Amino acid sequence: MEMPQPDARALAAKDDLVRRLTEALGPDGVISAPEELIAYECDALTAYRCPPMAVALPRTTEEVAETVRICASFGVPIVPRGAGTSLAGGSLPTADSVILGVARMNQALDVDYPNRVIRVQAGMTNLAVTGAVQGEGFFYAPDPSSQLACAIAGNIAMNSGGAHCLKYGVTTNNLMGVKMVTAEGEIVEVGGAHLDPAGYDLLGLICGSEGQLGIVTEATLRILASPEGARPVLMGFSSSEIAGACVADIIKSGVIPVAIEFMDRPCIHATEAHAKAGYPLDVEALLIVEVEGSDAEIETQLATIKAVAERHSPMVMRESTSEAESKAIWLGRKAAFGAMGQLGDYICLDGTVPVATLPEVLRRTAELAEQYGLEVANVFHAGDGNLHPLIIFNANAPGELEKAEALGADLLRLCVDVGGCLTGEHGVGVEKRDLMLHQYRAPDLEQQMAVKDVFDPGWMLNPAKVFPLSMSEGRRHAEH
Amino acid sequence: MTTLTPASEAELSEAVAAAAAVGQPLEIAGGGTRRGLGRPVQAEGTLSTSGIRGIRLYEPGALTLVVAAGTPLAEIEAALDAEGQRLPFEPMDHRALLGGTGEPTIGGAVACGASGPRRIQAGACRDAMIGVRFVNGRGEALSNGGRVMKNVTGYDLVKLMAGSYGTLGVLTEVGFKVLPRPERALTLVLEGLAEDRAVAALSAAVTAPFDVNGAAHLPARADAPARTLVRVEGLEAQAEYRAASLARLLAPFGEASRVDGDAHEALWRHVRDAERFAGREGAVWRLSMRPSDTPGAVGRIREATGADAFYDWAGGLVWLCLPETGDAGAAVIRAETARLGGHATLVRAAAATRAAVEVFEPEPAPLARISAGLRASFDPSGILNPGRMRA
Repeated sequence: MEMPQPDARALAAKDDLVRRLTEALGPDGVISAPEELIAYECDALTAYRCPPMAVALPRTTEEVAETVRICASFGVPIVPRGAGTSLAGGSLPTADSVILGVARMNQALDVDYPNRVIRVQAGMTNLAVTGAVQGEGFFYAPDPSSQLACAIAGNIAMNSGGAHCLKYGVTTNNLMGVKMVTAEGEIVEVGGAHLDPAGYDLLGLICGSEGQLGIVTEATLRILASPEGARPVLMGFSSSEIAGACVADIIKSGVIPVAIEFMDRPCIHATEAHAKAGYPLDVEALLIVEVEGSDAEIETQLATIKAVAERHSPMVMRESTSEAESKAIWLGRKAAFGAMGQLGDYICLDGTVPVATLPEVLRRTAELAEQYGLEVANVFHAGDGNLHPLIIFNANAPGELEKAEALGADLLRLCVDVGGCLTGEHGVGVEKRDLMLHQYRAPDLEQQMAVKDVFDPGWMLNPAKVFPLSMSEGRRHAEH
Repeated sequence: MTTLTPASEAELSEAVAAAAAVGQPLEIAGGGTRRGLGRPVQAEGTLSTSGIRGIRLYEPGALTLVVAAGTPLAEIEAALDAEGQRLPFEPMDHRALLGGTGEPTIGGAVACGASGPRRIQAGACRDAMIGVRFVNGRGEALSNGGRVMKNVTGYDLVKLMAGSYGTLGVLTEVGFKVLPRPERALTLVLEGLAEDRAVAALSAAVTAPFDVNGAAHLPARADAPARTLVRVEGLEAQAEYRAASLARLLAPFGEASRVDGDAHEALWRHVRDAERFAGREGAVWRLSMRPSDTPGAVGRIREATGADAFYDWAGGLVWLCLPETGDAGAAVIRAETARLGGHATLVRAAAATRAAVEVFEPEPAPLARISAGLRASFDPSGILNPGRMRA
């Protein structure tokens, strides 16, 4: 992974910078000792590591603004960080950067049930938002797999999704407003407890901009009434093609399940060995379809879904009849990533493909995996075509990481070539930066970079991410 | 005034590039039915997208639709209807309110971000959008997003294009996530509620787990009592269950009657298209605010201006009609949004009024700078719909 040459002037300013930051944030708000910086040298994309010059941990929006102004005065770039769970290297530091972590800003500020909104500090974890409102019968819908750990700040940066977004949408569809510190250190509010913008949809632009347009410190989120109940049905099929066709037919039937999850044979076997969820081992593909509502509503919807599935001759059809059975069905899916970790190191991809191309993409994936001599397991959100192929490799074997990455790049190109995209919910980060020209033409990316110019003329926020380095070079090195 | 009607995106690019080269301002139009929205445009020619039309891709099993921007909405709705599907955001038809006669296009609906009553549950126009192609003010044909419903690859210019009134680019193609049309839809009606009670009832309805996707209040008129509307949809049994549960929940607000069938369609068209103010004199405003704040704000605005009002989005959207004198009520209305948050848009008024009054809520200085910067970055010579959003 190529990263830009650190800026010598920024590196030379380290001592002065740390002193100024310490004056502003207090000694416990700044980390600069090399042994402590190691904790911040990577995020969940652990293959790439680089300690920053320092870490700033402000407690308030005003302190964030002060941190930004201090860094700007030294010409030091900032890498914003929520909980560091990015799988795309979204908060990978550069050697000349300051990490600005919002982890200490983790409080719910205001819950307004009649208007269905909550205002939170951006360092609050995704699951804690639901935790704050579930006592009153509400929840926050986006549910990324890392929801126990990941922060709302990162959810906004990457426009995170989750298993239930088929019905409820992703972060951008549930985000109503932000308080944000601009690259100049100014505090602005965009949106709020009302719907839709007064002018341009700046909120829609900020969400998913990977921390490159500003630093979000507070968020106003839509909360929803929790469904009366939910129940999954598990189905096994003799081929991935049949399972894929079943997904399309379920969607066409008029029922929108809250989730349709797909696992292929390698994933089922690894998961079963690890989690013992009672999954069938003789099927090639497994679907978990969940619906919500009252008992009667669930019955009605499941009846429709089962009738559709029967047309595809399922080998197994297991409808949950109790809370315990529902838990067991979800247990395997939720343990899938952990189970794959038992098999070895893995790279988790995140491309999305048109649902109709699922069978072809799964077949090509298997062929490519065989060509590379690597194992690939598939577990993904089938209703929306968001794939998560896991490439298993051995990080200690020389050349294996590079081989796995090359396979990953081929698989992502495949996603684009069939009409999909490089990333459905993880973000571009550093991981997919250099593949961007496979999905977009240069003028498309130039227009996106021109948007960054408006928000961050000096390109000081989360540098060297999202855009191919060759394209952003002139902007990153311009004198400002 | 000349009207250019390119037949392809390539021709449209050339037309914009040629206009940019000589600094010729262009008014952008689809079917022309929403031309009266925003400030009057100062342009020497019109660029119409009506020649760029047709359904490019429709996969019902993937809930995916990609259409050329100049495609009439009616054509799209018919194609979706044939597969038992629909656009989630229930786009408003502005013809009744603005008095237009053309054919609304999908590009026009997107450019104006025309979201209807279902916005509170299914999301806004921008939430249903998954991809755009557009020509920026340099004449460059650009693409963002695509045809899949989960896509975080690069910045989301799709959302930015929605509601930008043709000032950032000329849309040529839009991709949507669509939804199944439910088996059954019906509405519970409560009569005679005061506005604050009505908004409380709507709040109770949308905070219950019954997927309410329409929540409106029509205050009393000389010929009709106040009506509070709660819409549910779903499979046959599901809609029945939801309606019965909601009727029990809303019992403290009165006994609910039911409307369904054609009367139900007409009722929600009345709300969606602001038919209450169609053919009536006066300036029409649209306020988006925190729902519980609106009855109080409306009361004060009414006292100062004599405005008539109705509510959608569980109270979060207020439509006002008031005498078009002076600033058409702008100062009184914007005192409320300034104090309570939210924003007010002048939807219908004479061109002179729309030129004199800020049609869109003024933004605080730092955001106004960003918006102006975006406009300049997409359309450096300022030729696309100049003056439409900001003077």
